[in-house]
Amino acid sequence: MADEKDGGEAGLLELQKKIKEAFEVFDHEANDTVDVREIGTIIRSLGCCPSEGELHDLIAEVEEEEPTGYIRLEKFLPMMVKVLSERRYRPIPEDLLLQAFEVLDSAKEGFLTKEELVKYMTEEGEPFTEEEMEEMLSAALDPETNTIQYRDYLAMMVIDEN
Amino acid sequence: FKAAVLIQRWYRRYIARLEMRRRCTWTIFQSIEYSGHQDQVKLHDFFSYLVDHFTPSSQNERNFLSCMFAEERLLKDSEMETYCDYESIEVPDYYTGPHVSFPLLPDHATALVEAFKQKKQLHARYVLNILHEARKYLIQLPNINHISTCYSEEITVCGDLHGQLDDLIFIFYKNGLPSPERSYVFNGDFVDRGKHSIEILMILFAFMLVYPKEFHLNRGNHEDHLVNLRYGFTKEVMHKYKVNGKKILKMLQEVFCWLPLATLIDEKVLIIHGGISDKTDLELLEKLERHKIISTMKYTKKPEKKKAAEESRSISAWFPLKSRSVPSSPLRLSPHKGSRSASIPCTFTPDRKEIFKKVRQSVQLELKEGQQQMDFSEFKDKEPLRFPLESEPNSCDFQGVNQEEWKQVVDILWSDPMPQEGCKANTVRGGGCFFGPNVTEQVLQKYSLQFLIRSHECKQEGYEFCHNRKVLTIFSASNYYEVGSNRGAYVKLGPDLIPHIVQYQANKTTHTLTMRQRISRVEESALKALREKLFAHSSSLLAAFKSYDLDGSNFITLNDWSVAMESVLHLGLPWRVLRPQLVTHTINNMLEYKSWLNDLAKEQVSHENIQSSLLEVLYRNRSNLETIFRIIDSDHSGLISFDEFRQIWKLFSSHMNVDITDESICDMARSIDFNKDGNIDINEFLEAFRLVEQSYLEDKDSELKGSETNESSCSGQGVH
Repeated sequence: MADEKDGGEAGLLELQKKIKEAFEVFDHEANDTVDVREIGTIIRSLGCCPSEGELHDLIAEVEEEEPTGYIRLEKFLPMMVKVLSERRYRPIPEDLLLQAFEVLDSAKEGFLTKEELVKYMTEEGEPFTEEEMEEMLSAALDPETNTIQYRDYLAMMVIDEN
Repeated sequence: FKAAVLIQRWYRRYIARLEMRRRCTWTIFQSIEYSGHQDQVKLHDFFSYLVDHFTPSSQNERNFLSCMFAEERLLKDSEMETYCDYESIEVPDYYTGPHVSFPLLPDHATALVEAFKQKKQLHARYVLNILHEARKYLIQLPNINHISTCYSEEITVCGDLHGQLDDLIFIFYKNGLPSPERSYVFNGDFVDRGKHSIEILMILFAFMLVYPKEFHLNRGNHEDHLVNLRYGFTKEVMHKYKVNGKKILKMLQEVFCWLPLATLIDEKVLIIHGGISDKTDLELLEKLERHKIISTMKYTKKPEKKKAAEESRSISAWFPLKSRSVPSSPLRLSPHKGSRSASIPCTFTPDRKEIFKKVRQSVQLELKEGQQQMDFSEFKDKEPLRFPLESEPNSCDFQGVNQEEWKQVVDILWSDPMPQEGCKANTVRGGGCFFGPNVTEQVLQKYSLQFLIRSHECKQEGYEFCHNRKVLTIFSASNYYEVGSNRGAYVKLGPDLIPHIVQYQANKTTHTLTMRQRISRVEESALKALREKLFAHSSSLLAAFKSYDLDGSNFITLNDWSVAMESVLHLGLPWRVLRPQLVTHTINNMLEYKSWLNDLAKEQVSHENIQSSLLEVLYRNRSNLETIFRIIDSDHSGLISFDEFRQIWKLFSSHMNVDITDESICDMARSIDFNKDGNIDINEFLEAFRLVEQSYLEDKDSELKGSETNESSCSGQGVH
C-alpha cells in the first residue's frame, strides 16, 4: 500500500515527509519526540514488517546513549529513510503465511485448535502477550467449533488490509 | 520456530496498522470538533461587529437585526412569577410519566431515574418546577463550593456527560445512587450533543435538591444558552416541549448562570470544568457576581446612555428591544407549527423583489462603510481570535462584572492544559488559554493545593493525567464521537485524596465487536465527517489542485495533493497517512483530481435543482446557518418569514464573501416547501440539507415544476 519512490531528490523529500507525518501522529507533546514504545507501531504502519528482534535492533540504533524513553525525530528520520529505501523488512506474502499456518497444523486438518494456537503463539517464537492472544482469538476463533479455520481467517484479514 | 515468528510478525504489523488508523481517526474527530468551535466564535464576533457598526436604514433591517439580538437579560423577580407560572400548567390525566412534588424526596429522584430509563418524558410543569427550585437553591451557594471528605467517606467526581443518559445511568448503577454516604461532584457540560440533556439535568438537579450537602454541580462551558443554540440542547428542548419549550429555555438561562464555578475538596483539590490560566485568582473568583455572566461567549458592554437601574441590558439605545412587533411581511397567518403542508408554487411578487434589492444594496453599503471604519479582514483571518470582539480595550465596569472578572471565568471554563511551559491564548477553542506545567505549579503553590481535576476534553481512556500527575482530566461520556470511540471514566477520592479511576463503556455492542470491527466503525464515521468537510471546500480545493497542475494534464502528484489539502483545510491532519483511505484510484502515483472531487460530490448529494456551488456553501456553513436561523427565530416557533430568510442570505453572503444571486436563492426556495403566507419552516429547510427525506423533495420538485408560474428566470443555471 505504501507509495515507494526510489532515489531522486523529489522522491527522497516525499519519503521524509511521509515518515515525519507518521511520526507526528504519535508526537503528543508536539516537540518531535515519541515514546519509545510507540516506535514499533510507527515503523510497521509505514509498511515494514520486522520481527520483535529486528525491531529492538532498530530502536537501539536510534535511542539516546542514555535511554530517556523517548526517540527523537532527528535520529529516527535518517534511519527510517534508509530502511524504506533499502526495502528492508518487507511484508509477508499471503502464501508464505498460509504455509506457516500449515506447518503448525501438524495433523494437516485445515484448522488449528484453540489450544494449539495459544500454545504456539504464547510459547514459541516471539511470544504474544495475553492481550495480544486474546485479541487474535476474538477475531480468529470460530466459537462453535472452538477452532481456527486459518484459511478463512487469512482471507478475511487480507481483505481487511485493503 | 520460524513459522510461529512469521505469524507473530505479521500479526503485530496488522495490529500496528490498526493502531495508526485509530489514532488518525481520533485526530480527525478532534480537529473537526474544534474547528466547529472556532466557527461558533467567528459567528458571534460577526454579530457583535454588526451590532457595533451597523446602522439600519429601514424598518425592515431594524427588525431583522433586532431579532437576532433579542435581549438577553435576567428576569426580575416580579417577572419570574409569570415566567415560572408552572402551577397553571395542567398535567393531563393521560400523562404516564413521573410525578414530582415538593419538598423533593429521595424517592422522587430515584423515580425520575427509573422513569427515564423507561423512556418516559417529564411533564413541562414538573420541569419548570424543578428548575425553579433549583434556581432558588443555587442562588445561595457561593461561587466556589468548599466540601470535605469527612462528611462522606468517598467523593466521586464525574466529567462531561453531554446528554448521554446511558452513561449517567451506568455510573449510578456501578457506583451507587447518591446518598448521604455517597457524595458526587459533576463537573459541567451536562448538556448538548447527546439526546437526553434535559433528562440528565432533571436527575442532577433533583439529587442536588434532595442531598444538598452531598451532591454538587459545577458550571461547564456548555451550560450557556448561546452554545446550546448550536450544539443541540435548544433543539432538544423545543422538540420535546413544543408548548412550553420557550419558558423552559428561559428558565434554563436563569439556572445556568447561578451554577457554581468550582468545587474545592478539603481545600486541597480544585475541580473546575476547563482549566486555569496564569492569571487565575481564586479570591477574585470567590467574590465576583457569577450570575451576571449569562454567557461566556459574549461579553456585553454597557453603552453610553443608559439608565442606572437597568441590569444586564446589552444593546445600544437605537435598537428597538421588543422584536417582531411589526410584521415584516404583510400576510402573516398563524404559524402552523412546522408540519408538512401541500406544496404550493412560489410567487415572487415584484414589490418583494424591490424590497429585497433595496435591502441588499443598503446592507452592502453599510457593510462597506463599516469596513472602512474598522478592519473587516479580522473575520477572514485564520489568526487567533480574541473573543469577545472588543472595540474598546479598556475594561468597562458593568454593574459588577468587569472585563477582568469575565476573563477569569472564561479561563476557568474553557482552558486546556498543554505539555509545554507557559500560558498562551487557546486558539483552537477561541477562548480561554492553553496552560503549561509551570502555570499549574504556580497556581497549586499559591493556594496550597495538591492537584486539579478538570474535564472539557474527550480522552480515549476516559481520563488522563498530565503535568506530572498534577492535573487530571476526567471525561464521562463514553462513545462520544461514535460507538467505540472512547471510554468514559469517573474518579473517586477518599480522605487520603488519592484518585481511584473507574472506566466504562456504556454500550453492550462494543464488547462483542473485535478491535478491528470497533476501529473500522469509528473510522468510517470519522471519514464520512471528513469527506463532508472536503466536499464543503470543493471549489477551494479545485483551485489549489489546479495551481499544482502546471501542464494542464488534470493530474497532480500525491505529494502535491497532501500539501494542497492542508493549505485549504487547515485541519492539521496527517494527509499522507490518510491518503489511502481518501484517494483510492491513482495512476502512476498521480491523481486525476477533477474526477476525485466529482466522486466526493456524488457521495454527498444528488440534488440537481440546487447549484452545487451553493450547496457547497451550505454544507460548509450548515451549523452556522442553523444557529443563525435559531437566533432569528427568537420565539422558537420553527418559522421565519420569507423576507427574513432572504435577508439572512444577504448578510451571510457578504460575510462569507460569496456571491449568491437572486436566481440561486429562487432555486433554493423552490426546492423547499414554503407556504403562500411567506413563512419558511426552518426545520424543513434544514432537514432538506440533511438529505433525510430526499425522495420527498424530489416528488415536490416535480410537482412544483409542473405548476410553475411566471418566474422562468429562475432557471437553476444561475451564474455563480
